[in-house]
Order: sequence, then structure tokens, then C-alpha cells
Amino acid sequence: MKVSVIITLKKDVLDPQGKVIHQTLDGMGFNGINEVRQGKYFVIDTKENDKKVAEDKVEEMCKKLLANLVIEDFKIIGSQ
Amino acid sequence: MVWHDDTELPKSDLVVLPGGFSYGDYLRCGSMASKSKIMHSVINFAKGGGKVIGICNGFQILVESGLLPGVLLRNKYLEFICKNVHVTINNKENSFFKDFDKDTVEFHIAHNEGNYFCSNEQLKEIQNNNQIALFYSDADGNIDEKNNPNGSIKNIAGIFNKEMNVLGMMPHPERMIDPALSGEDGSIFFKNLINNLK
Repeated sequence: MKVSVIITLKKDVLDPQGKVIHQTLDGMGFNGINEVRQGKYFVIDTKENDKKVAEDKVEEMCKKLLANLVIEDFKIIGSQ
Repeated sequence: MVWHDDTELPKSDLVVLPGGFSYGDYLRCGSMASKSKIMHSVINFAKGGGKVIGICNGFQILVESGLLPGVLLRNKYLEFICKNVHVTINNKENSFFKDFDKDTVEFHIAHNEGNYFCSNEQLKEIQNNNQIALFYSDADGNIDEKNNPNGSIKNIAGIFNKEMNVLGMMPHPERMIDPALSGEDGSIFFKNLINNLK
């Protein structure tokens, strides 16, 4: 089962890379952007067939390695 | 020297995690290294009261391992910073800075992710416990935004754990040990440390 997870910076954490991407988009003529926040996307192909078990494992991976919970939030967005 | 794949530390008076972009800093700086095999032994050593210093990438590894609170983010202006800075010692009641005859010293920084950040609760806790080791400042000890090279919260350049046996800092004292090349403030740090470990 493949589990997809996104990791984003918490909303009160400064995102200087997002800011530069925002400025560049502005410079390219993409007007009307309020804010850009960048993050990470992982697809983890596990040997588990049970959705709940696979997602629980990925949640544990997020807490222990993939995300740093001081600054980041994670969200499992799908499993197939 | 202990290899990352080793599992046991030899008998040690002090463990130093040096700088060095371990594991390419993939995912987050220091995150992969903080899970390497030897770190179990380093964490046990620190929890048993052993003295540990993390410098630069070593500091990043210590926060990722949970031995120190907070995290180190990309520098505020997204540039790699490599220069001499002044830092002011905030707390000398520990074996790392005890008997230091100056309050402000000149060290070197070379990092991309030195922007210290922690939650408001963690900040309160480290302030209440006097866990801030070093602040970025000018040569006269003025701690302000003008003398903050990387955006660190409250100009924090280094912190201790609550028990004061673990120190993490972004500046490199080991780059300031030769008067002909740099300065000697780093020598004071190491001489002092040797005396206090005896």
C-alpha cells in the first residue's frame, strides 16, 4: 500500500523560501498571490495491505523522522 | 574518533559532535545523523550526566536527537554565512564556560541553517532555566537585531540542556585557535574546558 503524506511548516514559522518563490512569481506577472508556503511530499510504498496499519506506521515515521514537530505539521492525504 | 556506525562509545570525559553537513543534511539538517547507530550511546552518555558539545552541524544533530530543545532553520536571508562574529556568554555557571575571564568573545560561524527557533513555551522554559549559553552580539556585548547574523530568536547562538551537561552552539571555537590566522578566543574555550574536566 502506498501512503502519501505532506509536511508543511506550522503557520507561525517563517518560510523564507516560500517568500522568495512568492516574489519571483510576482516578478513573472502572477499577480494577486497572498502568500506562498512550501513543504514536502512523500509517497511511502509499504508492504502492508491493511490501510489502517499502513497509515499508523507512516504516522509513526512522521513523528520520529519525517517531520520535526517543533516547526512542522504532517497530514496523510491518501493511501492506495 | 568514533564512526557513526559504531554502537558503543569508549570511556570518555567529553563527547564532541563536530560540524560537517553529515548525510548531506537531507530531510532537515542533522536529522539523519541524529538517528545513526552511535547516537543511542551518545544519548545514554548524556542522560547519565556525561558532557556533550555539539558545534554547528553537531548542534543541529543534538536538537534533532532531542537532547536539546528547539530547531535550527534556514538563515533568515537564505545565504550561507561564513564570517567572524562576537558572542556574549550568558551563563558561566557550568563546566563549559566557568572561569572564563571575558564575557564577549570572537568566534567563527559557517552555516546555512543557524537560525535558532523554538516554541514560545520552550523559549520561556529555556529562559527560566538559564539555558541560553551564547548570544550573538557586537564586540561590546550589545545583543540586538543589528548583530543577529541569521535571524535566531533572541539572538541565541548556543544553548544548554536543563541539566547543563550538554552544550550546542553554531559558532566554531576550533577555528579561533591561532593568533596568526584568526584569533585566540577559541583556545581560551578549550583550555578552560580541559581545566574544568579534570
